[in-house]
Amino acid sequence: MGSTGSKERAAVIGVGQTKYSSTRGDVSMAGLVREAAYRALEMAGRSWDDIDAVVIGKAPDFFEGVMMPEIYLAEALGCVGKPILRVHTAGSVGGSTALVATSLVQAGIHGTVLTLGFEKQSESNAMWALSLPSPFTTSINAGAGGYFSPIIRRYMEVTQAPELIGAMVALKDRQHALRNPYAHVQDPDLTFDKVVESPMLWDPIRFSETCPSSDGACALVLTNEAGGDAHDGPVAWVHGTAMRSEANNYGGRNVVSPQASEDCAADVFAQAGITNPRKEIDAVEMYVPFSWYEPMWLESLGFAEKGEGWKMVESGATHMDGGDLPVNCSGGVLSSNPIGASGMIRFAEAALQVMGEAGEHQVDGARRSFGHAYGGGAQYYAMWVVGADKP
Amino acid sequence: MGYNQDPSVPPAALSGAVSIPDALADLEPVRSVTTPLRMEYTATPGASLSKYLRAMKEKRIIGDVCPDTGMVFVPPRGVSPVSGKRTTETVDVADEGYIESFNITRIPIKGRDDLHPPYVSAWVVPDGSNTGSIALVAGDDLDLDDVRIGMRVKAVWKPDDELEESAANILHWEPTGEPDAEVPDMMRIGRPTDGGAQ
Repeated sequence: MGSTGSKERAAVIGVGQTKYSSTRGDVSMAGLVREAAYRALEMAGRSWDDIDAVVIGKAPDFFEGVMMPEIYLAEALGCVGKPILRVHTAGSVGGSTALVATSLVQAGIHGTVLTLGFEKQSESNAMWALSLPSPFTTSINAGAGGYFSPIIRRYMEVTQAPELIGAMVALKDRQHALRNPYAHVQDPDLTFDKVVESPMLWDPIRFSETCPSSDGACALVLTNEAGGDAHDGPVAWVHGTAMRSEANNYGGRNVVSPQASEDCAADVFAQAGITNPRKEIDAVEMYVPFSWYEPMWLESLGFAEKGEGWKMVESGATHMDGGDLPVNCSGGVLSSNPIGASGMIRFAEAALQVMGEAGEHQVDGARRSFGHAYGGGAQYYAMWVVGADKP
Repeated sequence: MGYNQDPSVPPAALSGAVSIPDALADLEPVRSVTTPLRMEYTATPGASLSKYLRAMKEKRIIGDVCPDTGMVFVPPRGVSPVSGKRTTETVDVADEGYIESFNITRIPIKGRDDLHPPYVSAWVVPDGSNTGSIALVAGDDLDLDDVRIGMRVKAVWKPDDELEESAANILHWEPTGEPDAEVPDMMRIGRPTDGGAQ
């Protein structure tokens, strides 16, 4: 089911991020989102007067324990009197939020929209929030790693991938992060051996194969075709958008490559006219909170044949240095994880690549890039393809 | 109007906007306040889960049958997660099954003093069910290195006089020592409705 009918073209004209770190103790939640929003407005050369609506996303409220923070953040952002909409799709929320904002532009409802994702993990305990006992089922699941590690083990068993592929991904993303001044994890002394020797948390997932807990916010300014045409600055045009979801447990579910993931990727690439994603996409920002998800998503999304994703990793194909499909040049979720922003960061970094604004982690000549987010029990998906050229 | 490549440079609109009154200059700023919250609630399980919990008190595990695919889902929810249709048939599944996959959890969960890392957190699929759920695999002489995908396990129930309407009646699952089960290929391509009841 591809999207049909006529719709406005949409374009990204502003990207703003905060320096990701374990504790941004100098700002409140409000201060954090203001910083990202004003950076995005500044890049877009716009002010709040030019913004018609705000679309905001974060992880579930019980992470920080602030109920419906969008209500007070409207005031903190300075957008009182404008429509503000909150999106909820667990870990994929940053991506879904950007897509809801895009759809408001594409539908002609608003001309220019600011969208923002954030998390202040220093004021929450995500592992506790993800391990709440349920009254009707047994609950022994230790956070997201507890949930995803058996799925990773299945992937390893079925593909017979070498045990240290995950460590290669972890090292690669942290090497990429050294080129992104906004990335949280900055460890120039990290080596392959150090990753391998780091403690097992949820065997088979090691500490160094796991994302950090970060404070941070990311914002985008999206505008319509007229706004994009008239913009005096870099523009990333939206070539395709797709969201899918499915139940997290049903008989016959392929938990390694869920149907919703495959359907979502097929839809977004069809919209962008892409038949060979590996050849036609120049830079990938995919949601990889645990290193093994890189080969798993490469297969699920169609960048590799089934069972072959780990070979792409092993060959260095996804490394910025010499790879033909650089994945997570920003350092990815493995290097910065303000949960509610993490999906939007993927979308933002994909946009920066085709704008030519990614600085030291720029892929030379990137014309089309892919942003990806997933959430829940690998059951919510949001993806976009953006390009330097108007579609 | 390029992207700000230097995170230490604040957006112009926020630069120098904040100043602290002289009277407060010497005070230590309050960065955060920890405010413990407590919420008590009464949860109503609904018709399907009520049946499931009552069966648990009798040391039985039940599931719903999808009317379209014949697949069995545990716990029953009254609606098939595959077809979305209301279920009309409830069946007993075994209190034995196999490990579909697992991890060995080596870190503690805040506030969960009942769990003692390292422990095995496994997807256990009971015989007769098409779904697994996360369960503790344990046992006095369980060797963590011996746990594997396909391992046969059986439920260890609380003593009869302690049984309640609760999933916690199953203390954990322990290996049976039987030959390993053949685990369905999770990597196959195709719609879940291509499958069928076991």
